[in-house]
Amino acid sequence: MSKLTKLTGAATALMLASPALAQDADSQIPEEIGFILNTFMFLVMGFLVMWMAAGFSMLEAGLVRSKNVTMQLTKNIALFAIAAVMYYLVGYNLMYPGDAWTVAGVLGAFSTTALEPVGVAADAVDLTYASVGSDFFFQLMFAAATASIVSGALAERIKLWPFLIFVTILVAVIYPIQASWKWGGGFLAEAGFQDFAGSTVVHSVGGWAALAGAIILGARIGKYKNGRVVPMLGSNLPLATLGTFILWMGWFGFNGGSQLYMNTAGNVADISRIFANTNAAAAAGAVAALILTQLVYKKPDLTMMLNGALAGLVSITAEPLTPGLGSATLIGAVGGVIVVFAVPFLDKLKIDDVVGAIPVHLFAGIWGTMAVAFTNEAASFATQAFGIVVVGGFVFAVSAALWMVLKVSMGIRVSAEAEINGLDSTELGMEAYPDFTNG
Amino acid sequence: MKLIIAAIKPFKLEEVREALTEIGVQGLMVSEIKGYGRQAGHTEIYRGAEYVVNFVPKVKLEMVVAADIADQVVETLAATAKTGSIGDGKVFVLDVESALRVRTGETGEEAI
Repeated sequence: MSKLTKLTGAATALMLASPALAQDADSQIPEEIGFILNTFMFLVMGFLVMWMAAGFSMLEAGLVRSKNVTMQLTKNIALFAIAAVMYYLVGYNLMYPGDAWTVAGVLGAFSTTALEPVGVAADAVDLTYASVGSDFFFQLMFAAATASIVSGALAERIKLWPFLIFVTILVAVIYPIQASWKWGGGFLAEAGFQDFAGSTVVHSVGGWAALAGAIILGARIGKYKNGRVVPMLGSNLPLATLGTFILWMGWFGFNGGSQLYMNTAGNVADISRIFANTNAAAAAGAVAALILTQLVYKKPDLTMMLNGALAGLVSITAEPLTPGLGSATLIGAVGGVIVVFAVPFLDKLKIDDVVGAIPVHLFAGIWGTMAVAFTNEAASFATQAFGIVVVGGFVFAVSAALWMVLKVSMGIRVSAEAEINGLDSTELGMEAYPDFTNG
Repeated sequence: MKLIIAAIKPFKLEEVREALTEIGVQGLMVSEIKGYGRQAGHTEIYRGAEYVVNFVPKVKLEMVVAADIADQVVETLAATAKTGSIGDGKVFVLDVESALRVRTGETGEEAI
């Protein structure tokens, strides 16, 4: 089911594209009640997804070294706030142009978001969906999540301002354009590409942008020495664990809300299915990482389990509805396996991803997108691969170009001295743990 | 007077302290330290990459005792701090020239 959402003019076309968009003919629920329930659902799911920003912040604060924690937190709140501004100014209508495409199916509308008037009358809104305010609020959180993915991978050596400029353009332009291709009803939706809540549209996009950045930015000083990988231990595993659980919780809103409707018994049952499947996949990802790290490295690795749970979540995000609990468990477990092998694999390539964002969001995102075809007969492996390649090619190319421009024009990397002393004291003059010596 | 310096495994501290008190050692200086001996650290794995822990956490004990009980202190340390596995630590014995109790001005063995 795709987010071929909102605008009234496209209603007929939308019903043809996705039968669940139409009110069930035999439903006893008045349209206005359906509108109220849909809207309420978006508001609740939206603030769950908003809370994922806290999850990303804590996960990243825990996995960077203590000398870079304040900077990581600064980036996290800044990127969330910038995402909110840019999604209002540009992103929302670029992503959901309705009938107002600039180039049909490829480039959406350039306008700011307008909400319903205060106290709007029931006959003045489209009662078949939800309020614009709730939809905007919900969708905005997805844009912010995409940006959060980038910050973790590039932590501990990127300058603040070039990073924020990248995030601004990512949220204002790159993310909404590619998302319009699928969720805005663009050419990927026409092609039959399936991505329920965004394994590709959100997570891989963040992953591709992070990958381009990590390659162009280079590894942290001392990370790869004489052909060996030098681990740089996270500063606070309790925070990293808390962050993972917050993300896990927020994900119920992320996937559950992507059902988009809560106006029939069928939709409510579907949302329930999605919650249960989402949880199953996360659990399986964590268990897979637990068992695999024990077998491969002789000791369980907590940070891998955290990544494993998140990889399970990303894996199920492309299709959290059609699998049964068994399939959801398997899909999530494969995500956990991917992480355990992808983290050392990236290190072999000397791509320094501080928190494992690329294995979790990109690699598991690709897996989850392909796995849709196992349980959803509307999907085919070929079309799923087509969507992955189109979105990946676009996001990676534009991101790489943007990172290069930033690198040449203003520089994206702090000085070696600042990096070694830590960004907190050198860039901000504010330490996260001022009572302790730097480690 | 002898200064006895011992580096031992941290979890043995309480047992060692009790044994030393029993044989009449009246003062003890304790610090948490990191270091390495012949064991030269050990390896751990973080996110799939192996790394060497060069400095192992230990507890350092320092005590000044009368020369006639020094051997007994060393024996007690050896007996209580020992686990038999690698990294049990070391004991050093040095001569002490003088001692002073600041409050009373007592010197020599009176001061310890």
